[in-house]
Amino acid sequence: MMNSYGFRKFKNRLFFAICAICVVIAVVPLASIIFEVAKRGVPQLSWTFITATNGNSGIGPAIQGTLILIGLTSIIGIPIGVLSGIYLSEFGNNKYAQNLRTINNIIAQFPSIIVGITIYGLIVLTMGSFSAIAGSIALAFILIPIVTRTTEESLKLVPNNIREASLALGAHNWRTTLSVVLPAAKNGLLTGVLLAVARITGETAPLIITILGNRYFFQGLDKPLAALPLEIWKDALQPYAETQAQGWGAALILILMVLIINITVRLASRSRMKA
Amino acid sequence: MTSTQEQNISKPKPDQLQQEIDPTAKMRAINVDVWFGKKQVLKSVNLTVKPNTVTAIIGPSGCGKSTFLRCFNRMHELAPNAKMAGQILLDGKDIYERQIDPVQIRRRVGMVFQKPNPFPTMSIYDNVAAGLKLTGTKKSKLLDEIVRHSLEQATLWDEVKDDLKKSGTSISGGQQQRLCIARAIALQPEVILMDEPCSALDPIATAKIEKLVIELKQEYAVVIVTHNMQQASRISDYTAFMYLGELIEFGETRQIFEKPKNKLTEKYITGEFG
Repeated sequence: MMNSYGFRKFKNRLFFAICAICVVIAVVPLASIIFEVAKRGVPQLSWTFITATNGNSGIGPAIQGTLILIGLTSIIGIPIGVLSGIYLSEFGNNKYAQNLRTINNIIAQFPSIIVGITIYGLIVLTMGSFSAIAGSIALAFILIPIVTRTTEESLKLVPNNIREASLALGAHNWRTTLSVVLPAAKNGLLTGVLLAVARITGETAPLIITILGNRYFFQGLDKPLAALPLEIWKDALQPYAETQAQGWGAALILILMVLIINITVRLASRSRMKA
Repeated sequence: MTSTQEQNISKPKPDQLQQEIDPTAKMRAINVDVWFGKKQVLKSVNLTVKPNTVTAIIGPSGCGKSTFLRCFNRMHELAPNAKMAGQILLDGKDIYERQIDPVQIRRRVGMVFQKPNPFPTMSIYDNVAAGLKLTGTKKSKLLDEIVRHSLEQATLWDEVKDDLKKSGTSISGGQQQRLCIARAIALQPEVILMDEPCSALDPIATAKIEKLVIELKQEYAVVIVTHNMQQASRISDYTAFMYLGELIEFGETRQIFEKPKNKLTEKYITGEFG
């Protein structure tokens, strides 16, 4: 008896040890990336670095460009994504919606470079120029399916008896959705939207062939634009140590931006626990 | 099930003639059939609801009593694959006529559900005002009055008058159910449907709701589904017994419980099955 108990205990410990080793294997590269980026990026940080143009050893245009892209993409993508999610969750009990759901899930898995090429063909070639607007539309393409899915999922978590209560009071469907279901799903919705925004903040591939990059600050929606991921990519390709160092600084700032978005998500989901 | 019970079910419908000539009816169900997909769950059910009365619908689980209740305010349509035939009259007019919006019917025929379901994101005040707000009323003074009156009628005012801004889900289950009743009353409906409103509550909360139901009939017609026969006998004026999708017997509550005409009703009431 004791022997077998000892063996079982051993198996338990072995299993735990294997799990712990796997966690270490997973975390070490991540931590080393963060450590390396911080070590090389922090010395770059200065007021000039985050406000000046590239010619004056700064990455101001890239930071501004990324903020503009986040803003424009959100304006274009979030309403469409949220409304599609509402449709699928609240009115999606039919064949048409089921097909839409499948298509949406496929688009969500699309390689982002293909989205970039599509937008290049549709918008960049038509307009005759790389542009901020083309970049935001490409990013919106990536954002919309994610927001749609998370919206649908968080609305489906709202218990049906709440909907019934509202309908039984003689409220129309749209009223019920807007005043009863959406408020109840608010936190999940916000989390999904912010995670999608964090995801597009780091996208690089589609930007290469839509916004191209720019050494100067914002010049118009129809003009090429700078962005942090693009800045990192370009700086990394340069043979000069100084420019490479600039890339590390840009990487640190990009990580910080994504981190801020993630912390906001945490705070948003914490208030869900309370409610 | 034995063969004698089968025979009992197929006996002619009781009281059908008497129901049809009653001019004082608030609501009437005439030959109501309901299917979910291909499965027929209600078979030609007839029922009359008189004003200022409590009508109880009893029967074993799965006999279609909740489905039948939901036909009275067209909530039943919300279920996928649900089909219905027959008529439901409200003041003599069929609520299933094509030009009638179910939303209008639901304002005249309120509903209280099995599980208390106050809106979790709204305060107690907003929960009661919800029906009016969701359908467009904005005058705050009028709302204040209606909220107070409804809570008083639901015998909840004294317990929550200092906490009107607290969440609707912060109070006890029994209080939540009375809040849901107040929410239904606030629209000043003509009929209130209750779908086993006490099945999730403890005996003390149940007693309060039962007392409230008896008071409510002074102003409204109440139709209550219950699987608690004692409850039906305590609070209702009329009782309908349903079994396997059919209305087996309908009549005054005392008659149903003391001298049931149908063997099946008698067996159910005496607890032989159910």
